[in-house]
Amino acid sequence: MSWKVPAHLKYTKNDEWINPADGTVGITDYAQAQLSDVVYVEITVSEGDEVAQGDIVATVESVKAAADVYAPVSGTVVAINDELADTPEVVNSDPYGDAWMVRLEIANPEELDGLMDAAAYEKYCEEREH
Amino acid sequence: MSEQIKIREPLLVELSSPGRRGVRFPESDVPPAALPAGLVREDLPLPELSEVDVVRHYTRLSQFNHAVDIDFYPLGSCTMKYNPKVNEDMARLPGFAHVHPLQPEETVQGALAVMYYLQEYLKEITGLAGVSLQPAAGAHGELTGVLIIRAYHRSRGDARRNKILVPDSAHGTNPASSAMSGMRVVEIPSDARGNIDLAKLKAECDDTLAGLMITNPNTLGLFEEHIEEVVQAVHEAGGLVYGDGANLNALLGVARFGDMGFDVVHLNLHKTFSTPHGGGGPGSGPVAVAEHLVDFLPGPIAEIVDHDPDDDTPVFGLVMPKRSIGRVKAFYGHFGVMVRALTYILTLGAEGLRQVAEDAVLNANYLRVMLQDTYHIPYNRLCKHEFVAEGRWEDAPGVRALDISKRLMDFGFHPPTNYFPLIVHEALMIEPTETESKRTLDAFIAAMKQIAREARENPQVLHEAPHTTPFGRVDEVKAARELVLTWFDWAK
Repeated sequence: MSWKVPAHLKYTKNDEWINPADGTVGITDYAQAQLSDVVYVEITVSEGDEVAQGDIVATVESVKAAADVYAPVSGTVVAINDELADTPEVVNSDPYGDAWMVRLEIANPEELDGLMDAAAYEKYCEEREH
Repeated sequence: MSEQIKIREPLLVELSSPGRRGVRFPESDVPPAALPAGLVREDLPLPELSEVDVVRHYTRLSQFNHAVDIDFYPLGSCTMKYNPKVNEDMARLPGFAHVHPLQPEETVQGALAVMYYLQEYLKEITGLAGVSLQPAAGAHGELTGVLIIRAYHRSRGDARRNKILVPDSAHGTNPASSAMSGMRVVEIPSDARGNIDLAKLKAECDDTLAGLMITNPNTLGLFEEHIEEVVQAVHEAGGLVYGDGANLNALLGVARFGDMGFDVVHLNLHKTFSTPHGGGGPGSGPVAVAEHLVDFLPGPIAEIVDHDPDDDTPVFGLVMPKRSIGRVKAFYGHFGVMVRALTYILTLGAEGLRQVAEDAVLNANYLRVMLQDTYHIPYNRLCKHEFVAEGRWEDAPGVRALDISKRLMDFGFHPPTNYFPLIVHEALMIEPTETESKRTLDAFIAAMKQIAREARENPQVLHEAPHTTPFGRVDEVKAARELVLTWFDWAK
C-alpha cells in the first residue's frame, strides 16, 4: 500500500496535515483511504475563533466511520472551507488540495517542530498497516 | 456499483387507487368539532389501499429480509441467537399480554412477580446487589449507568469528577453515552494482545476520574487478561467501573461482573437472554449495581412489600429507591421482553445457561481456527463469543470487507459486522452464537473459503455481489450523501 505524503507538509499522529507556509489544515491521503467514501464534512469552527493545539476543528463522516479533525497547532482561524459541505467527495479525490478544511494563523511556530515530517509520517502509516 | 433490482416491489403510493380503503368507519354519532381554519388542509396525499393490498405488500417485503429463523446470522456483538418459541407462548399469555400499566398493584401480582424474580436471577448471574429493569435497550442502559455514576460522585460532594475512560475496543455507543451524561471521554488504546494498555490507563487515573466503561469480553472477543489490575487502578483513583454487558453471552454461569469488582453493568436481555431484536422487537437493557449504588437505581423496582409467614405467596409492590436518579422510561420498561427473558432463564436453568456460554465460545473458536489460515486475524488468541478477522489480502488488491460481506449474502448468510472495531483494518466481526450446529458452521467456513479464492481469481463477482438477493448492490455512498427519507422527499 502506498499513500501520497507531500514533502512540504507537516503531519500529526491523528492524520491531519498542516502547510507551514500558509496554515491550511486537512486530513491525509492515508486518513481518507482508511475512512473510505466520505459523505459528510462539518467545519465546527468559525473565522476568528482561537483554537488550541488538539481542539476539534471539523468532523468527517464516511460510510464506515465518523472522525474528528483536530488543530495540529494553536492559532486563529482565518478561513474555513465552506464548500466541503456540498462536495465531501473531494476529501477522497484531493485531500491535500481542494479538501483543505481550515486555515490557521499559526500562534506558536515552534509547535510545528513537534509534528512529523513527510518521511516520519510515511513510516508511521506503514507501521499501522500490520 | 449499479443498483440491480430483480424483483420490483411497488411502493404503497404506486399501488394506491383513489377511493380504495381497508376499513369503513361507521357514521359518527357525535357532533363534529370544528378545527381552526388554519389547521384544515384540502388534500392529504396518503396512499389509498385495501387490507389485502397492504398485507401482501408487507408480507412480500418481509420475505426479502433475512432473519434468525431463516439462516445463520453471525453479526458480531449482536448475539443473533435463535429465540425459542416457548418465550413467545409465555409472552402471549393473556394475563401478561392484556394487563394495563395503570392497573392497581393487587390485580397484577403475577406481572410484578415476573419482574421481581427476573431481577433476582439477574443479580445472581451478575453477582451484583441490585437491578432495575427500566432501561429500554443497551445504550439506554449505558446512559442510565453513567448517570448513576455521576449521581454517586455528586452525592459525595465530588462534582469535579467528569472524566470517563473508554478503551478503543469498547462498544461504539460507550463514548456517546458518556458524552450524553455530560462527561468528558478519554480513549485508552489497546496493547498488542488486545488488552487495555495498563500504563496509558494508569496515567489517566487522577482525581477527575468518574469511571471506566469497559466491555468484557471486548469487541475483539477477547477476555481482558488484567481485569483485576484494571479495576484496582480505577478504584484506587476514586473512580467506578462500568461494565458493558452486551457480550455477557460469553460468560453466563462462568464468570460474574460483581466478582470482577465492577460497580455498574447493563445487560442486553434481547441478546444474551434470547428475545427477538434487530427489527424483531424492542430491546431491554436492565442495569445491575453493587451495594453502594443500589439506592441510586432508577425506579420503580419490584419488591416484596409484605410476606405473611402463613402464606406461600408474598405480596409484590413497586418501590422507588431512596436516592433514585428517577424514572428513565415510562411505566416499567419493556415488560413483554422481561417475560421472554425469564422464560429463557427458567427453561435453561443454571446448567443450561452455563452451557450457553461454553457452546458460544466453542463455536467462535471453531470458526476462528478453521478460518485463520485463510483470513488474517490480528489478535489471534483463544477468543470468547466472537473474533475479528481482516477482510483484505495483499494479493487481492481492491477487495474489501464490504465485498466479502455482500458476497456472503449469496450463500444465504447474514454478513458479519463490518468495519468495527476500528482498531482492525477492514474488520469482519464474527459471532456465531451457541445455537448453531457444526453443519451450519461448516457451511459458513466453506463459503468464506470460496470467497477468499474468488477474491484472487474473479474479484468482479465480489464487487458486484450480492447476485441472488431481490436487490443487488446498493449505492451506500449516494444514499448517505443524498438523504431521501420519505417518498414525498423523493417525489419533489
